[in-house]
Amino acid sequence: MVQSSHRFKYLIIGNSAGGIGAVEAIREVDRPGTLAVVSDEPYPAYSRPLIAEYLAERCPLERMLFRPSGFYERNKVVTFLGQKAARLDLDEHTLALESGEEIRWQKLLLATGGSPIVPPIKGAGRRGVFTFTTLDDAKAIDHYLDSQSRAVVIGGGLIGLSVTEALCRRGVAVTVIEMKERILNVMLDEAASAIEEELLRRAGIRIITGRTVAEISRGAEDAVTGVTLDDGTPIPCELVIVAIGVRPRLELVASTGIKINRGVIVDHYMATSHPDVYACGDVAEAYDIAYGECRLTPIWPNAYLGGRTAGFNMAGKMTKYPGGIAMNALNYFGLDAVSAGIVNPPDDSYEVLSQRYDSTYRKVILKKGQVVGLVFVGNIEKSGIICNLIRDKIRVADFKQALVAEDFGLSLLPRERWQPHLEVPPSALVQAAETEPAEELVAGE
Amino acid sequence: MKTVYVKEEVCIGCGLCEVYCRLEHSRSKDLIKSFKRESQQPMPLLRVERREPISFAVTCRHCAEPHCVYACITGALQRDRESGIVTVDGEKCIGCWTCILACPFGVIRQEKGKGKIAKCDLCLAKKIPACVDNCPNEALVYAEVQDETLS
Repeated sequence: MVQSSHRFKYLIIGNSAGGIGAVEAIREVDRPGTLAVVSDEPYPAYSRPLIAEYLAERCPLERMLFRPSGFYERNKVVTFLGQKAARLDLDEHTLALESGEEIRWQKLLLATGGSPIVPPIKGAGRRGVFTFTTLDDAKAIDHYLDSQSRAVVIGGGLIGLSVTEALCRRGVAVTVIEMKERILNVMLDEAASAIEEELLRRAGIRIITGRTVAEISRGAEDAVTGVTLDDGTPIPCELVIVAIGVRPRLELVASTGIKINRGVIVDHYMATSHPDVYACGDVAEAYDIAYGECRLTPIWPNAYLGGRTAGFNMAGKMTKYPGGIAMNALNYFGLDAVSAGIVNPPDDSYEVLSQRYDSTYRKVILKKGQVVGLVFVGNIEKSGIICNLIRDKIRVADFKQALVAEDFGLSLLPRERWQPHLEVPPSALVQAAETEPAEELVAGE
Repeated sequence: MKTVYVKEEVCIGCGLCEVYCRLEHSRSKDLIKSFKRESQQPMPLLRVERREPISFAVTCRHCAEPHCVYACITGALQRDRESGIVTVDGEKCIGCWTCILACPFGVIRQEKGKGKIAKCDLCLAKKIPACVDNCPNEALVYAEVQDETLS
């Protein structure tokens, strides 16, 4: 292809939650402004978490689409899909693609996401060893599998257990190797991890904690024959999935001078250290409400919201990022569990409230009288109310016991937490409501 | 847009709003049949909160900044630009429950049998939502939203 040049007002690198959030925000503010999306993946935006459904039951791409077909046309987005960004030049405001094409931009969003971490294990990096973050990863595993396959999944976090459940549904015998003492150790507390572990074991999954994989062994034609753990234990298997986590994809910005810590540093408007460049999602270190500081929080909802905020600001509508919260919802093998914020308090300056009711477990973590984290297992329908107390930084000292009550709901919170949102707005009232002074502010007693 | 508001001071917690919500979202639209015979029994998409002597129905606020929509990992939840109504596409929802964790009001329901969420749709086809229409005390009001930030 001959080298050609394109010119856009807005350029977004990345076509997942953050990129789409930005497209939608930009189009709410600026309909005519030229807009392009570049992604090295060849697909229209799809729901990344659904790759587990793809692997489990070959859920077709149409059912995985994050937005209906025609989304790009309707929003006048020019797409460069399956095209890898090669070089970013901030002074020239250009992005060179590997294809040789060059794109000029006025405002740029880095929504490049994360790439899977693959540690230097002897025997890794060749066939039979996979990661699990993209649709192509799921397709590759799908092609490689047969009904007799045995798998070792390295990493007992969200990605590791998602691929584990999908493989299990395909009839694959799975062993999970977790380096730390328990699975899901980032998003769940000890009690909830134990519940999940028991559930997985009952589903026939072998879980080994406190161990790492030292070596991947290979036989004829380079095929994987098993792994050896750091204590010398051999585990025979035909495929290995590395699911240790993701790290920000920084290669494009590394040499540009844009300020980086672990991810791209952004301010409250999702702007980087360069005034025309924004970042969001897994690549960015954005403000986290529970921690009260900027940090990596590689989860879908934060990526969307960060992208949306960036999009507004790129289009000239000054919008502050409200902050993200690490939010995770799981339902492996039919058990519901959710968590948000700081789940495992790092020191004893935190207060922990917890309760169990039959099959429900609830835990709320407080710091200085405010909720900073929660874990719900079983009945999770009201968890969002607590999550919102984190978001709104509400002092809960006076009603904290209500937060883990079996019948917890809005009515157990002080009146000012629900009434303003539910009652008829004054202008809409046909007759003025006689509102009694709120004398019963005693929720949670 | 309009949405459903409560007058907590006249709500007696009778739960008829839940009954009529279920009926409206049933297949047969017949009270006896829908409650006793339908295999896929609908669930009320709003809930009455009771804490003596307080009671009030909580319905989806169809927020102008809908956290549930932003949190939805499949694109199943959308807020309609014109009507402002937040709806779920049952074909796309996979029951991951992320929206439940994101909803400040705890009004998104789990339809466990289907493995999907269920939520208030303001009775799309009706002029007045069934809960409002059937509240014996007029404790539910269908009124224009203030401070709307519709695009």
